[in-house]
Amino acid sequence: MIRCADTPVERDVQLTREEMRRYGRHLIMPEVGLKGQQKLKSSKVLLIGAGGLGSPLALYLAAAGVGTIGIVDFDVVDASNLQRQIIHSTADVGRPKLASAAERIQSINPNVEVRTFETLLSSENALDILREFDVIVDGTDNFPTRYLVNDACVLLGKPNVYGSIFRFEGQASVFYSREGPCYRCLYPEPPPPGLVPSCAEGGVLGVLPGIVGTIQATETIKLLLGIGEPLIGWLLLFDALKMNFRQLKLRKDPQCPICGEHRTIHTLIDYEAFCGTTVREMGSEEKTIPQIGVLNLKERLERKEDILLLDVREPHEYEIVNIGGYLIPLAELPQRVNELDSAREIVVHCHHGSRSARAVQFLRELGFKKVVNLSGGIDAWAEEVDQSLPRY
Amino acid sequence: MKVTLLLFSVAKDLAGFDTKELEVPDHATTDDVLEMLSKLNSGFLAWKGRLRFAVNQEYVPPNFELHPGDEVAIIPPVSGG
Repeated sequence: MIRCADTPVERDVQLTREEMRRYGRHLIMPEVGLKGQQKLKSSKVLLIGAGGLGSPLALYLAAAGVGTIGIVDFDVVDASNLQRQIIHSTADVGRPKLASAAERIQSINPNVEVRTFETLLSSENALDILREFDVIVDGTDNFPTRYLVNDACVLLGKPNVYGSIFRFEGQASVFYSREGPCYRCLYPEPPPPGLVPSCAEGGVLGVLPGIVGTIQATETIKLLLGIGEPLIGWLLLFDALKMNFRQLKLRKDPQCPICGEHRTIHTLIDYEAFCGTTVREMGSEEKTIPQIGVLNLKERLERKEDILLLDVREPHEYEIVNIGGYLIPLAELPQRVNELDSAREIVVHCHHGSRSARAVQFLRELGFKKVVNLSGGIDAWAEEVDQSLPRY
Repeated sequence: MKVTLLLFSVAKDLAGFDTKELEVPDHATTDDVLEMLSKLNSGFLAWKGRLRFAVNQEYVPPNFELHPGDEVAIIPPVSGG
C-alpha cells in the first residue's frame, strides 16, 4: 500500500453534521471511514485544465469531499467543448472556464474551497502553483504542458495523476517518481511536431474523457486515502471501440534525465522548444510557409483569378462543409500528386490550417512554387467570409 | 518466427491495422519491427528513437530482442484532454 507522502493526515479537521450526512456512504466503508473523510477534507488537489478530463474530475472530487480543489485554465467555453466538457453548460459559452467550473463545484458541494489560476501554466509559475497541493492531476491537452507538469511534479516530489485521450482511446497512470517511473520514463522524447493530432484536429468521442477522467478521480482519492493499489508503475489503456482495458507494466528508466540515477535536468526548461511546437499544437512549420488570408483569397476568387483550391481534409469532413475545393486527403497526397498542375497557383486549405501547412511544405519540396496555405482554414472562411456555412 | 503486433492511436492509423501476426527473422528486435513498419509507411521513420515498446504487457529497454509468440505493442503518446 502506497500513501501519498504529502497527504496531511495531521491537519486537524472536523466534519460538520451536514457533512456527516452528505458523506454517509463513504463513512460506512472501513476503507474510508471518518478518518478517511477527514483526510479528503484536509486534502488539496490541483487540476491542470478544466476541459474534457478536468470536468468529471472536478465534479467527482468535489462531490467526494476533497477540501480544496485548484484549477489551472485560461480558456473560455466554446460551443464545441459542450460535447464532452460536462462541467460547462450551454449558457456558459463565451465565459471563462474557471468561472463556470467554480460555480458548478460550489453548487455540487459548497464545502469545497475552489482556487482558480487563470493563467497558462509555464516554467515560470508552475512550481509556485503546484507547491501547495498534495496531488496534481494532469488533464491538459498538449505535450509541452504534459512534460512541464511531469517535471514540476518530479522536482517537487508530488504524485502526478495522468490521463490522456485520442478519438476512442485513453491512457491513465500515476507518475510518482519517489515510488516508480515518471512520464519521461515512458516517453523520453516528445513526438515529432505535428504528428499527433489534438482533439480539435483528430476528434474525440465525447464520453471518453468521462471514462478516463473518472479513472483519474478514483486514483486521486485512493492516493489521498492511502488505500488500494494505485496505477504507479502501470499504464492503463482503454479502447472504447473494443470496450477493452489493458494494463502494461512500466519501468523506471535508470537513464531518465529527470528521475534517473544521473539526472541532467534540475530545473524547469523551455517546453515549447523541447516539443518543437507552440502550446496550441499547431505545426511549427506553419509560420514559415507562405500564407494567404481568407479575405484576400475571396477578393482574388471574385476577380476570377486562376487559382486551384485544394482541400486536404477527409471526405467525411468535406461532407460536413466545403467551399468547392478539389479534395485530396493529406494522407493520399503523395500518391495523387500527379493530379495537380505545378504551373498553376494552388491555395491549400484544411479545417484550421495545420494539415494544409504540411501539404504546402510537402508540395514545395516536390518543386511546386506557386502553392500557399489558407491561413485559418475553412473555419476562418466560415467565420469571416461566409457566415452561412456551418462550423465544426 | 511469428510475433503478434498491437498498434495504438496514430501507429494504428499509419499502418492501417491494429493487430497483425508478423513474420520476423529469428533474434529480431523491436528496432527491426519499427524498420519493417517503416517500409509499409515511411511515416514510421519519424518515430525512430521516440517510442518505447511493450513486449508481453511489459515495457522493455530499447532494441529489445524478441522471441516466438511475443506480443509486441506500440503505444504512441496522445495529448488530448
